[in-house]
Amino acid sequence: MDLLIRILAVMAAFLVLPLVVGQIEHKVMAHMQGRVGPMYAGAFHGWAQLIADGVKFVQKEDITPKDADRTVFQLAPIVALFPYLVVLLTIPIGPGLVGQNLDIGLFLVLAVLGIGVVAVLMSAWASANKYSLLGGVRGAAQLLGYELPLVLSAASVAMAAGTLSLPGIVEAWRPWWLIWQAPAALVFFIAGLAEIRRPPFDMPIADSELVFGYLTEYSGLRFAFFLLAEYVGIVVIAALTTVLFLGGWHGPYEEQLGWLWTLVKVFAVAFVIIWLRVTYPRLREDQLQRLCWLVLVPVSLAQLVLTVAVKSLL
Amino acid sequence: MSETPGKGLLDGLAVTLKTLTTRATTQQYPDVQPDLPPRSRGVIALSEENCTVCMLCARECPDWCIYIDSHKEEVVVPGAARARQRNVLDKFDIDFSLCMYCGICIEVCPFDALHWSPEFEYAETDVLSLLHDKNRLGEWMRTVPPPPAHDVLGEPSKEEATAARKAAGPGAATAAKTARPAAVRPRPGAAT
Repeated sequence: MDLLIRILAVMAAFLVLPLVVGQIEHKVMAHMQGRVGPMYAGAFHGWAQLIADGVKFVQKEDITPKDADRTVFQLAPIVALFPYLVVLLTIPIGPGLVGQNLDIGLFLVLAVLGIGVVAVLMSAWASANKYSLLGGVRGAAQLLGYELPLVLSAASVAMAAGTLSLPGIVEAWRPWWLIWQAPAALVFFIAGLAEIRRPPFDMPIADSELVFGYLTEYSGLRFAFFLLAEYVGIVVIAALTTVLFLGGWHGPYEEQLGWLWTLVKVFAVAFVIIWLRVTYPRLREDQLQRLCWLVLVPVSLAQLVLTVAVKSLL
Repeated sequence: MSETPGKGLLDGLAVTLKTLTTRATTQQYPDVQPDLPPRSRGVIALSEENCTVCMLCARECPDWCIYIDSHKEEVVVPGAARARQRNVLDKFDIDFSLCMYCGICIEVCPFDALHWSPEFEYAETDVLSLLHDKNRLGEWMRTVPPPPAHDVLGEPSKEEATAARKAAGPGAATAAKTARPAAVRPRPGAAT
């Protein structure tokens, strides 16, 4: 019974949070560009716009190209979406409030996030479309490259906390870690942006170069799944950054309001993700790889050394 | 590269954040009527009685979207040596599916028969319905705003100046005497 409630709660978060983030993106992006965004759906400032979009996507024809590899093509959106659901299951919201408390939570999260590259390659290869393929290959290079700084910076905080359990990391967190782990937090956040293919790291999609990258051939509900995966991705990366580096539920009155603090921090990070999207243009492919291998990987390695040094001094 | 590295990135973030906090200038059009500037080019109105069928508008129109037909009518003036003729407008159509709203027809009209009206809600589901005949064009006259007031610092119009001079009597100051030296092009042969 307890398990059922937890799973239902995670399911609800999985369905509601991305929509909220999506709506915030609509509105924040519009106002940052001097517009007002959707105003009609739901009568009050377009709050139901994403629901209306969902209904529209359901009505659309689900097309599978003739030359496509049907099973792989149709399976890819699920593969893209499902890992994020698993990740959400392990993220603690408040003290004791977690879908499933695993001792190897961080390890599972990083392993499961790596499945994203499989979905990208599946959709790219199965589409039988050169733009999809180009996008997929770009995506593979990007995701594999950025996996390394992501894992290294997460390892730093795991070493600092001395545990791989996500609630354990939050419990071990102290405010001064904000400075101690700042480089790792920055690297994790940037690498996370690249992992979920958000602008300015959206080269695999790159709508001005590759039509829509690996999503070119998708329509209807399957396309909506990919879009949903993008927004769940924002939630997941924001939540992981919060839990690992921003102290999760820590804050005033954390016994009662812990869950609120986590949510506030998650939405703050999500806002920054949207903010970066509006502000910066897409990086070039070589700049992308340069940033990863010449900046993020050395910084995260240096952070590991720093973590070990400070840890042995304590 | 004399600037601090990363300053450009932060400046960019500041710009978007500032725009976020300033109010959007969007006008919610179907709910709220837009406040259009006074010389908005919405639709062209025709004042039929001013038209002399001189055809200048139809000939100057860059995409030939004005169609004019007319016939001559004899006007018998009692006491005159012979009957006068005048043009009567039969057809005056503007095809707004072709019109590019350049306003040249309104500029060239010597008798103020054509006017800009700010009305713009005349979209049609059939492209052929965008051909407005002279009755439809005449109806737009009701929506033509009054002409803007004269510039208080400008010269008075010729008619006003003449009337004032006549009222003041001979020898009074004329516009030619009081006006600042203007850049008048010398007429060929007038001054040698």
